[in-house]
Amino acid sequence: MNVLDYISHFFGDGALWHGYDGIPTRLGEHVVYSLEALVLAAVIGLPVGLVTGHFGRGGNTLALIATGGRALPTFGLLVLVVTWFGFGTGPAMVPLVVLAVPPILVTTYEAVRSVDPSPVDAARGMGIHESRILFRVELPVALPLILSGLRSAAIQIVSTATIAAYTGLGGLGRYIIDGLSQKNYEKVVGGATLVAGMALVTLLFFWAVSRFTVSPGVRRSE
Amino acid sequence: MIRIDQVTKRYADGTVAVDRLSLDIPDRAITVLVGPSGCGKTTTLRMINRMVEPSEGTILLDGADIRDQPVNTLRRSMGYVIQNAGLFQHRTILDNIATVPRLLGWSKPKARERAAELMGRVGLDTALAKRYPYQLSGGQQQRVGVARALAADPPVLLMDEPFSAVDPIVRKGLQDELLRIQDELGKTIVFVTHDIDEAIKLGTMVAVLRTGGHLAQYAPPAELLTAPADAFVEDFLGADRGIRRLSFFPSAGLELRTEPVVAMDAPAARLTAPADVPYLLVVDTDGRPLGWGAPDDLTAGAIDPARLLNHGRPFTPGRDSLRTALDGAVLSPTGWAVAVDDEGRATGVVSQQVIGEAIRTAHAAGREDVTAAR
Ligand SMILES: Nc1ncnc2c1ncn2[C@@H]1O[C@H](COP(=O)(O)OP(=O)(O)OP(=O)(O)O)[C@@H](O)[C@H]1O
Ligand SMILES: [Mg+2]
Repeated sequence: MNVLDYISHFFGDGALWHGYDGIPTRLGEHVVYSLEALVLAAVIGLPVGLVTGHFGRGGNTLALIATGGRALPTFGLLVLVVTWFGFGTGPAMVPLVVLAVPPILVTTYEAVRSVDPSPVDAARGMGIHESRILFRVELPVALPLILSGLRSAAIQIVSTATIAAYTGLGGLGRYIIDGLSQKNYEKVVGGATLVAGMALVTLLFFWAVSRFTVSPGVRRSE
Repeated sequence: MIRIDQVTKRYADGTVAVDRLSLDIPDRAITVLVGPSGCGKTTTLRMINRMVEPSEGTILLDGADIRDQPVNTLRRSMGYVIQNAGLFQHRTILDNIATVPRLLGWSKPKARERAAELMGRVGLDTALAKRYPYQLSGGQQQRVGVARALAADPPVLLMDEPFSAVDPIVRKGLQDELLRIQDELGKTIVFVTHDIDEAIKLGTMVAVLRTGGHLAQYAPPAELLTAPADAFVEDFLGADRGIRRLSFFPSAGLELRTEPVVAMDAPAARLTAPADVPYLLVVDTDGRPLGWGAPDDLTAGAIDPARLLNHGRPFTPGRDSLRTALDGAVLSPTGWAVAVDDEGRATGVVSQQVIGEAIRTAHAAGREDVTAAR
């Protein structure tokens, strides 16, 4: 049996399309948890990144947070949180968010800080308010980089959510974990395929968002 | 009028960028701040729109302290143009120019209409309106920068080395355009540059600053060239300030000689030169100069224009300066400059000697003028 056989068996199994362990349910869980985690991380990371980037301060602290974030072992963090707070959706969200904040925060900071200073100077000289400079002058130019930060965070969340299935989060990770313990490799490969597919959809989603939100003048593609 | 009164700027690190500077900047004229790098030009300019706050002293705009009004109101009443234009990459050219009118609450169509009008004024093809900044050349971007600063029709325009990042030919075009716009609009312009030629060309008044933000001299350009206040100013003006000064003397008074000008189809009798003129200037049937020829080489009825000597660049008395006339004479192989009228028809020729006389007279008179003005 090769991988493709596993995949066709997995998706060909009619029973897997219904019920609490069916693909739609598990996929739905995965999407919802991932989205929740992404939104939460963005709500923390974006404003801090924008403001620190605009004023050009706090870069060292942010770099520290970023390195710290990257160095944290996902699984270790998960175990730690679960030992402290027990199993459940809440604790399982913690590592997802903790891991997603640094890429969002740091790229947003870098994106805003690296915006060409002369339009900002010109805008200030024209009498544009500081907050408006941030949102109308810096943000549109920093957007591609900010979106790329969100995208890496999203991909990271999608894959980490798989591991979080250990703590009862549900989602596509269940197939992999259960498959492994049951030595059901169809299930393992099928679950992995779904996760990969979801990562791909995430990439596509961000590509579409940037198509619609980034000005052609910034994209420089016409 | 903008009055800078005993203004000092000390930055947080202790650098004194401007030291007790006093300057009266006249209305509806171009005042140029010029000086070596780091002498405090930008600092001075930015204190006028409060991008930098003075440590001491006051700046008055039409008699009122600029700190009396909200900072953004002040800035919106002053156009601001910077070195690399600082255009908003994500906005089209038209929307870049419409920025300040939009800020002031104009409707979008009205702001865009005004922006389109300004594109014409600064010499930009309106076909560029829908483009983005990256699709424009450096010179065009700079024009957009000027148009954007003029959009809300502010009485004051602050310009910080606006043309220094473009090549010399484009720069000359931008300078001429600015002078033309200024003729039409009569703004109060404060213009920063480190290029003394630009200062002399554009300035009604020129303030030469010395490192440490000290005012070395404040005078109209002609006076600067005639009577530099000290060795620093003299040095800054460069070795050829005498030649540059000639730009301020008209060529209208030059005595032109008409006998050496002969038509293509002139009879043999006309093809002799006066004793003091070694060459004849041959003109076509419309009177336009073709070139110089030695009388012995010219055969009546069979003059070959291709064999004549180049007549160099002609000057137009009344419009061009003595500098242009001298340049024409120096570049001419015969040492004589050709004068033409507005239609390009030769009106006479003049020798280097005669131009030299005129220069000596003008210089002498200029020196008296400056002395009298003091
Ligand atoms: N924000 C600042 N903090 C400290 N020192 C500054 C600051 N801005 C300028 N300076 C210093 O003040 C002095 C004057 O600077 P300024 O920018 O006004 O010079 P400038 O005449 O415009 O020079 P350039 O022709 O190079 O643009 C310089 O010595 C400069 O290093
Ligand atoms: Mg400067």
